[in-house]
Amino acid sequence: MTGTALFVAVFLACLVEAVEALTIVLAAGTSREWRSALLGVGAGLLVLAATVAALGPAVSALPLSGLRLFVGGLLLVFGLQWLRKAILRASGNKALHDEELIFQTQLDAARTVAVDRRPLVGDWYAFTLSFKGVVLEGLEVVFIALTFGSNQHDIPRAAAAAGAAVVLVVLLGLVIRKPLSRVPENSMKFVVGIMLTAFGAFWGAEGAGARWPGGDGALLVLVPAIALFALALVVAFRRRGAWTSGSASVTTAGVSA
Amino acid sequence: MIIRRLKAFAAFWYDFIVGDDWRVAAGVVAALTLTYLLAHRVSTAVWWVVLVALVVLLPVSIWRAVRSSR
Repeated sequence: MTGTALFVAVFLACLVEAVEALTIVLAAGTSREWRSALLGVGAGLLVLAATVAALGPAVSALPLSGLRLFVGGLLLVFGLQWLRKAILRASGNKALHDEELIFQTQLDAARTVAVDRRPLVGDWYAFTLSFKGVVLEGLEVVFIALTFGSNQHDIPRAAAAAGAAVVLVVLLGLVIRKPLSRVPENSMKFVVGIMLTAFGAFWGAEGAGARWPGGDGALLVLVPAIALFALALVVAFRRRGAWTSGSASVTTAGVSA
Repeated sequence: MIIRRLKAFAAFWYDFIVGDDWRVAAGVVAALTLTYLLAHRVSTAVWWVVLVALVVLLPVSIWRAVRSSR
């Protein structure tokens, strides 16, 4: 079960982050210059690869109980962040994530900035916009893939899940050539938040010395229980008409998760 | 200049890991510390501590966010 859950959690998390990065890169390439935007993507991927190369062995070298306590705790904090935002969005208390609106805002912002040429880079703005988009969105994926992969002693599976999601998004981006607004990002983030929270709670408590009833089987109860609790919170905090997708929060440096 | 960059670097990681509500992160640390202490000092099951923390922290954090947005 945990192997499949590992793949699903990393794949979904990577998919939503890749969709967000794609929107930013598309905006940089379309409104400015494709070569500089793609150079920014390449530089961003290099930074992410270096992060994985540096942190991967360090995380894997930790003893299992220490690893589970440290990584489980981080995952739980991270998962609660995702779940908190997902519940706020689903209950109407925070703007829904809207790729079309984000794309348009990025386009408008990019068109107002003058061209700044640097060595090897024809348009510095397009380069930095793509670079930041890839690094900021990619760091979350790196974190999730490393924590899940190291805890399960299966970093290759986590890497495969992340790679599959990136390839899928890049292929769809090449075919559609516009933001992937039909991807149900808000629902997917809700699911990822539940998975991160459940696994974080499970590993964190286990790393601290707790023994779950039923061992790994406890996750079969934990995941649906947290899902039901999150849905109950959506109902409890539901607010009508406070936000629409047209009020999504956007900045030129990136988009809030 | 260097201090400003270090502050920006620290602020980025704080925002990345802790996020919008530091109380959630503090609550998780407290819950795991309590679990650790109980697990090594008493012989009863302590897996529920983290779940109790979760059931308290999440709604309280959402309630605070909802209240501040109104």
